[in-house]
Amino acid sequence: MADTSYDLVVIGGGPGGYVAAIRAAQLGLKACVVEREHLGGICLNWGCIPTKALLRSAEVGHLIQNAEAYGWSVGNVSFDLDKIVQRSRGVAKQLTQGVGFLLKKNKVPVIEGNGKLAGKGKVEVTDKDGKKTVLAAKNTLLATGARARVLPGLEPDGKLIWTYREAMVPESLPKSMLVVGSGAIGIEFASFYNDLGVDVTVVEVVDRILSAEDEEISALAHKAFVKAGIKIMTSAKVTGVKKATDSLTATIETADGKTQEMTVDRLISAVGIVGNVEDIGLEGTKVAVDRSHINTDPYGQTGEPGVWAIGDLTGPPWLAHKASHEGIIAVEKIAGVEGVHPLDTTGVPGCTYARPQVASVGFTEAQAKDAGHKVRVGRFPFVGNGKAIALGEPEGLVKTVFDDKTGELLGAHMIGAEVTELIQGFGIAKSLETTEQDLMHTVFPHPTLSEMMHESVLDAYDKAVHF
Amino acid sequence: MSVDILMPALSPTMEEGNLAKWLVKEGDQVSSGDVIAEIETDKATMEVEAVDEGVIAKILVAEGTEGVAVNAVIAVLAEEGEDPGSVQAGSGGAPAPAPASAPAESAPAPVPAPKPEKAQETAPVSAAVPSPGKRVFSSPLARRIAGQNGIDLGALSGTGPNGRVVKRDVEAAMAAGTGKAGAAAAKPAASGGAPMAIGAGPDPRKIAGQLDMVYEEIPASGMRKTIARRLVEAKQTVPHFYLTVDIELDALLAMRKQVNAAVPEGVKISVNDMIILASAKALIDEPDTNASWAGDAILKYQSADVAVAVATDGGLITPVIRDAQSKSLSTISAEMIDLATRAREGKLKPHEYQGGTFSISNLGMFGVREFAAVINPPHGAILAVGKGEKRPVVRTTDAGDELGIATVMSATLSCDHRVVDGAVGARWLNAFQKRLENPLSMLL
Repeated sequence: MADTSYDLVVIGGGPGGYVAAIRAAQLGLKACVVEREHLGGICLNWGCIPTKALLRSAEVGHLIQNAEAYGWSVGNVSFDLDKIVQRSRGVAKQLTQGVGFLLKKNKVPVIEGNGKLAGKGKVEVTDKDGKKTVLAAKNTLLATGARARVLPGLEPDGKLIWTYREAMVPESLPKSMLVVGSGAIGIEFASFYNDLGVDVTVVEVVDRILSAEDEEISALAHKAFVKAGIKIMTSAKVTGVKKATDSLTATIETADGKTQEMTVDRLISAVGIVGNVEDIGLEGTKVAVDRSHINTDPYGQTGEPGVWAIGDLTGPPWLAHKASHEGIIAVEKIAGVEGVHPLDTTGVPGCTYARPQVASVGFTEAQAKDAGHKVRVGRFPFVGNGKAIALGEPEGLVKTVFDDKTGELLGAHMIGAEVTELIQGFGIAKSLETTEQDLMHTVFPHPTLSEMMHESVLDAYDKAVHF
Repeated sequence: MSVDILMPALSPTMEEGNLAKWLVKEGDQVSSGDVIAEIETDKATMEVEAVDEGVIAKILVAEGTEGVAVNAVIAVLAEEGEDPGSVQAGSGGAPAPAPASAPAESAPAPVPAPKPEKAQETAPVSAAVPSPGKRVFSSPLARRIAGQNGIDLGALSGTGPNGRVVKRDVEAAMAAGTGKAGAAAAKPAASGGAPMAIGAGPDPRKIAGQLDMVYEEIPASGMRKTIARRLVEAKQTVPHFYLTVDIELDALLAMRKQVNAAVPEGVKISVNDMIILASAKALIDEPDTNASWAGDAILKYQSADVAVAVATDGGLITPVIRDAQSKSLSTISAEMIDLATRAREGKLKPHEYQGGTFSISNLGMFGVREFAAVINPPHGAILAVGKGEKRPVVRTTDAGDELGIATVMSATLSCDHRVVDGAVGARWLNAFQKRLENPLSMLL
């Protein structure tokens, strides 16, 4: 019988859990990961990574279709949906195996099964055959993540009404599609299917898409998606669905109270997520749950001594990198590392990988004003950037928000080609607490898209050169 | 800019240790993290790591030296682009007495104004006022906010990576009303490149948990946190020394009786009131003790603003009797009763306990014979007053030495050596003693 007592038992092998376990091993803690399905969690298997593979295929298609503009004659082009999906699955598989290797390298055992708290210092794991094992855990880290929220009337059926999961592995291409919800997930699928030629309509209940983003960026995104062929209905909601054999008719109520019906082949429900708080043994513990999310202190400690929680399970922003970072903070706190600070949520960047991409970090202009800042705002459009023109990507904007008094970079908001790769420059700037002066003095290489970041900062202080 | 390498503390209680071995010699290039020396105490041996990269310019404490004080400068590191030959030890507590040694840098150090001008709202602002002679790692935003608010970065403890001072540290100092430039002096140990976090002791919760010790946890109040921070700051940054004298009180007690018989009903002058007045008069007699260290200058005050420690349920607070030298005993008495009452009720206004030029702590009423108090920066000194009690005294008369009985009180002056040298402090104590032993002089 193997030794089953651990300093740290991590329940959930997603980007929060496996990173936390590796950090624990680095700090000399005896740690294990309990995982019920796939290492890497939703992120690697059914989220971030496979969607990026799909979107890359869509982007390649877009380039081929516009090849003429770049001097290529490509004749008739076509795609094979199965191959696009297969490539995406292959990417996910490769990375899942990579996580297994990393855990092995750090001597972190993976225990397959459903983990749940089973009394003080104990975790019970039930494997797929129903066999139960009890682990002794000095500390338990709950990292069970989240799943798609279900709206009444829009219950996913795996056939006509999809979640991200079915949308990731379509067997055939629908002709038309309704995407309910315009957060990052909804918008990415809308963009993907639109690029494959599906007639896509997005329905959003609030008055703008990507509502977590800066209003100006939301508006530009709206324009860009409409131009790309996506229909968008804001301040609208789906009030009912009538299913047929291979299509459905949705009733959509708009802001003015009018309703209309729309018949589409498929509907994707992307209306947020709920935490996986069920069946993990919270009953009878002091772990507090608020609307499907576990309450913790800033370091991830729950109300129950020795029980910690991180990632999607603890609430928004629902992002893999936030989960990983929280995992590291919790583990370092458990290990007694000195100088551990809570996560600064204003430094967590968010990315949406549609075409065009959207990326941001920190306060939007409105949030900054609400927080009492007198702001200075800088803007620089892609059309003023040499590299953007050369790439054939002249549409987009880099917006920066500074505190007028201190020069603190409060937020940065971008839309356009490759902005998801650019945002981290501002992330570092925020983390190092640079002011506008440090950013102005930084040399940005020419010709790159990053020059727009520089110009946006300059513009905030009325010094922009190229626009 | 050169960096002083300080004697590290292996434990919070360690005061000195032996420099067992140097692993580098002068002229060696070192990188951050390189082991450069070994330190030992009776309990442990520890490696000293370089916290910066550069060239070992000078080794100041030889291998095999025993009893090296914690935070003594043991070597000096020249940073890139600096001539190691021109480097000298900074002012960070060098073992050799080097009073007011100039900052080590060859670059002309711009002397900052003690009170930086309030920055214009949008104008680019220069960095915060630095404590001279010490590199303070800080974020650009922390420097900007500190500069705009007159906060001395060198007086803060950084909580960023490797002790870097970040925005939250400056905001915390602003919220607590500490770290004003020109007030607190340079902070050699904890802010810049101390090899270990000094004062970061073992975690008592952890130890209690390991040993199953039972305890009640009382969350620290704002006042308690301020006391903790200020006292650590004082003990870490202010070079204290102590002078004690015995003072005969019989004449004073006799005068007090007369005075109390003469003042209106309800007024009662205490010995403490007379000590406050005597201190204030002595501060005017010997103004060199009525002073503060401002990093690059000594500020000598015109008036004697005496802060008096008052114990409250929440901790210690020091209301200030301003211009005490020109107040009457009855005024001081009335003010003291009012301030102490409101201090205990937590109703003092900030201007009533901030500032002051000198402090007094009196534990005589608890039967304490004598003690040494911790200086309350930026004050240059604090007086610790013990109990007045009958003691045998030897008097020299024409008939020779004879034993007598007198009411004697021991008073200990803690001095900030950067401001108050030994002889200066001694002169003040003499003046204080003279005032108390010839109490009529106080009424003039």
